[in-house]
Parts: sequence; C-alpha cells; structure tokens
Amino acid sequence: MPDAATDALLRVEGIHTAYGQILAVKGISLEVREGEIVTLIGGNGAGKTTTLNTISAITPASQGCITLGGEEITHLRAHDIVKRGVIQVPEGRKIFGRLTVLENLQMGAFTRNDEAGITADMEQVFALFPRLQERSSQYGGTLSGGEQQMLAIGRALMARPRVLLMDEPSMGLAPMLVQQIFNVIETLNRENNTTILLVEQNALYALNIADRGYVLQSGYITHAGAAADLREDEAIIEAYLGV
Amino acid sequence: MALPLTGPAGGNAITFGRIRRYIARNTLQIAGFIFLAVLIVSAVYNLATGIARPHTLLQNFFFGLSTGSIYALIALGYTLVYGILFMINFAHGEVFMAGGYIGYFAIIFANDRGWLEQHTVFALFFTITIAAIFSVLIAVILERVAYRPLRGAPRLVPLITAIGASIALQQLFLRLFGADSRRYPNVHYYIEVPGCQVCKEIPGGAMGLDLVGGIYKVTLFGLDIRLRPIWFIVLFLACSLMIALWFYIQRTKRGKAMRAVAEDKNTAALMGIDVDGIIVTTFVLGAALAGAAAVLFLIIPGNGQATPFIGFFPGIKAFTAAVLGGIGNIPGAAVGGLFLGVIEAVGPPLWNIDHQLKEIIVFGLLILVLILRPTGIFGEILSKRA
Repeated sequence: MPDAATDALLRVEGIHTAYGQILAVKGISLEVREGEIVTLIGGNGAGKTTTLNTISAITPASQGCITLGGEEITHLRAHDIVKRGVIQVPEGRKIFGRLTVLENLQMGAFTRNDEAGITADMEQVFALFPRLQERSSQYGGTLSGGEQQMLAIGRALMARPRVLLMDEPSMGLAPMLVQQIFNVIETLNRENNTTILLVEQNALYALNIADRGYVLQSGYITHAGAAADLREDEAIIEAYLGV
Repeated sequence: MALPLTGPAGGNAITFGRIRRYIARNTLQIAGFIFLAVLIVSAVYNLATGIARPHTLLQNFFFGLSTGSIYALIALGYTLVYGILFMINFAHGEVFMAGGYIGYFAIIFANDRGWLEQHTVFALFFTITIAAIFSVLIAVILERVAYRPLRGAPRLVPLITAIGASIALQQLFLRLFGADSRRYPNVHYYIEVPGCQVCKEIPGGAMGLDLVGGIYKVTLFGLDIRLRPIWFIVLFLACSLMIALWFYIQRTKRGKAMRAVAEDKNTAALMGIDVDGIIVTTFVLGAALAGAAAVLFLIIPGNGQATPFIGFFPGIKAFTAAVLGGIGNIPGAAVGGLFLGVIEAVGPPLWNIDHQLKEIIVFGLLILVLILRPTGIFGEILSKRA
C-alpha cells in the first residue's frame, strides 16, 4: 500500500442527485485514494447505487463536484468518464445476454485500441476466471449467476480501470461464491494495486477487506472512517452487521 | 383430457363447453386460420385447374424477388432503428424518397455529361452514392431534430413525431421541387455474349444483353417467360449489401457495440460506448440502404417515377416486411422483404385477382401476421422483451 497516497484519486464533493423530484443523494462527499479499497455500505434505498451512477454519469449530479486525479469530471458524459478509467461493475451484473462471453469482454475493452494489450489482458482475465475461457463462445445470457459476476468483473478489468466501482458484486450469489468474489476483489487490490470503490449490502464482508468505509443512510453519509473502526462501532454493528 | 368419472353424455357436454369457450376466446385467430386455409385451398385449386398460369407465376416470381430485395433493404432500416430505440421510424419511407429524388438529379447530371452512356457502371454507382448520401443526411437531421429530444418520452410520442416528420418531408420536397413526376432516363448497359440464344443484337452489331434496360424471352422449366437481367442484378446487389450489413453487425467492434446498445443503453455507456453515436450510426446504415434501394427501385423499368410521394408505398410495405420477419430481427427483415415482394407479384395471378389489388394481399398479410403470429416469423427477440 502506498503510504504517500494522501491525495485522493477520486474525490466526490457534495453531490446531489435526483430522480425527477425525488432526491436520492443529498450532498455526499467521499474520497478514494490510489490503491485503496473503500466501501460504501447502507441499507436499501440509502443511495449507494445512485452515488456510483452519479460518478459514472448515468444519473448526472444536479449539484456538487467529482474529480479524478485533480481533474473535474462532473459534467462529462458516461462514455468519456469510462475513457478516463473510471469503470463500473453495475448492480445485477448487466451482462449482454445476446453477446458471447468473448464479445462481452471485447465490449469491456471498447475504448482501447492496443490490440496486443487487449489480448494480454484477456489472457489475464481467463487466468483469473478459467470458467470464462471454457464458455467464451457461449452467449452471456446462458451463464449462471456466479459466472455472470465473473464476466462482469472480467469485462471491467478489460478496460484497465484506474478506479473500479463495484455495485453489490455479491448480490444473489451462493455463500461459497460470495467468499470467492471477495477473494478476487482482494487479490485485484493487493496484487494489481487496483483502486476500488465497493458498494455492498454485505457489510461485514466489505469491511473485512476494505481500508476505509462510509455508511450511507437516506442519501446522507452518517459514518466514515477506517474499516477496522467501523467494524467496532456499536451503532453500525447493530444496524448493518446484524450481530 | 377425458374425465373418467363422467358418463358419455356428461363428457360430451364438457368437451362441447370447452370448444365453445375456446372459440369465444380465440375468435380472431380462428377467423385468421380459416382465411389462411381458404387462401391456400384456392391457390392450390387455381394451380391445379390452370386458372393460375404457371408461366405468369414463374415470371412474376423473378420480378417479385427483385422488388422484394428492395423491400428488404428498406425493411432493414425499420428493423435496425426499432432494435435500438423501440420506435417505428415512419419517416423512413421519406428517407427512401429523398434518395430516389436526389438520385434523379444525380443520374440526369451523369447523363448530361455522357457518363451514363460511356461509363454506365460508374454513372449508376455515382447515382447510388449520391442518393445514399442524401438519404443519410436527411436521416441524421431527422434523428437530431425530431427523435433525440424525445428520447425517454413515452413510446407513442416519437411514433407520432415520425408520422409528422414523414408528412413534413413530403411537403418539403413538394414545395422545393414541385409535384412533377421525374422519370429516370432509360439506361442501357450492353455486354457482348457470344453464342447466346436469347440475346438480341446490340449496338455494334454483335449479339449480347442489355443488362439494365433489356427484356428477354427465356424458356425455363419448359415455360416461355420474359425476364429482365436487371432483376437479378438488383437481387444480387441487395443481397450483397445485406450480407455486408450482417458482417458489420456481427464482426466489427462498432457492430458489436450496436448490439450492446440495443440490449442495454446504460450498461453500454458503462463500457465507454458513445450511445448517441451508435444510434446515429444505426440511422446512417438504414438510410444508406434505403437511398441505394430507391435508385435500384427506380432504375427497374416499369417501377414508376420519382415524386415526393413515392416513399409511401415502398415504405409501408417494407414496414410490413419488417413486421412479417419479426421487427428488430435483421435476417427477419431480409426474409420478410423477399417473401413480401414475391407474394405481391405472384399473388394476383395465383388468386386470379386484378394486379392493381396487390396491395390488398400485402396488407391482408400484415393483418394475418398480426393476428396469428404477432411476433413475426423470427420473432423470438420481441417476445423476450415483451
């Protein structure tokens, strides 16, 4: 872990995001430093997904400011944000069901033109998830839930993310697969030094692998701090860790 | 289905009741099937008794293939846009018309310079290119001005806008260029074919074929029919364009991105795909095919002249073809177009009705498809979305 990483790679300052008249995110500020895993936890409707989608410009912010490495990206369009290396693994995996596994991975590398690099990264993804190689010519829609999650992560890695935004990667997976996915996330961070902003309902798992965490409730951040401290916080234990 | 505990009378009563309820629930489908059966029986009867004359059928079949391939090209435009935006671009017929109309000026330009006579293939290629460019221009403006601002509006809204755009374009061309019909010049492209039985004398004295303007007596399967080489050239060109489109969508990066956008726009954007750009590409592809189709359509002798209103019938027939094949489905549009062209040409002699009633066959078919198989022949995609 780089200890000199005091400057945030991704900084979100006071963003508000509304669906029509309804404000889902009401002034959230957070930062993710290079090489960190930061987790965003909270219950249903807390605004976790909206926060990620606001960073990705799927649901643009009505107020506030988002910077990546000091450069403002608040008003960029979704595909330009991807070009700058902010890659999202969306909630519910969102695999292209009528594209093959290989084509899904190629779409992950859409913004890149370095054929050699793409091929190399594809091999890395296949090394990480050998299952995907076996199924590379199958349609995405025919994969199981766990395989789809692997594909969603693999697809995001194909973009060579500077920051990886992961939205509920454990959702709907069997407990054994959940552990496997979290292991993969940890590996990506420790070995490839990938910076990750992880949204999870599975707060215990998330806080176990994260460096820092934010707790969201009804569109506000209620707690923030080192993951180890949040794990010990009575209020959080009661509300989210279900102990 | 038999209930073992009821007697014969009771069993009959139950079955009868079921039939009655089944009929009540599926009246339209049953009527459709009966109509279809009547059509098939009468077609077979007409064939067997010789009322439908085989040589007319065969000759019309080939003509129908060429018209059908043009419908297919236009239908692809409907289906591509529907596949991505789930809207019927009812102004697509006018995109076709714009190509055909501007194509007229291009071919006259080429004719005035003698290209049409001396470099016929080049002149036709030039005409098709200019027509395609103009169709593309119109379609891109249409997307930007009429459709993009309405993205996210209820689906009925862009549909009505499309009808409005269709009328606006007709009127625009009417005011700009007047209501006169503009006849494409007669085009002849001679090739020498030594030892050919059906050929006629071509300028220069040798025997050969006029590939564009010619019509020849041919004996096929023992039937004397008259064929135009241009029918087969149009069919070949249209099929080549469709294969090129298929290749583009299946194999190229942008084609794959197009399929990704069709499936899920937000996720496509998360891949770094410029969704608006892909939507414009879709309109461009459809319009280019429609522009090319318009020139091919008007170059076939007997297909009429360019007016601001020529887009209507080919447009709505191509739409029918797209629905027939299953809208949103690319091979479906191709097959639907060919099928429609053939049935429209073969139908009148087959059912012994006036040729001018061929539209009834086309739109009767549309109604039948909507009743019996609303998702079209290859309609799995639509049913998945529904």
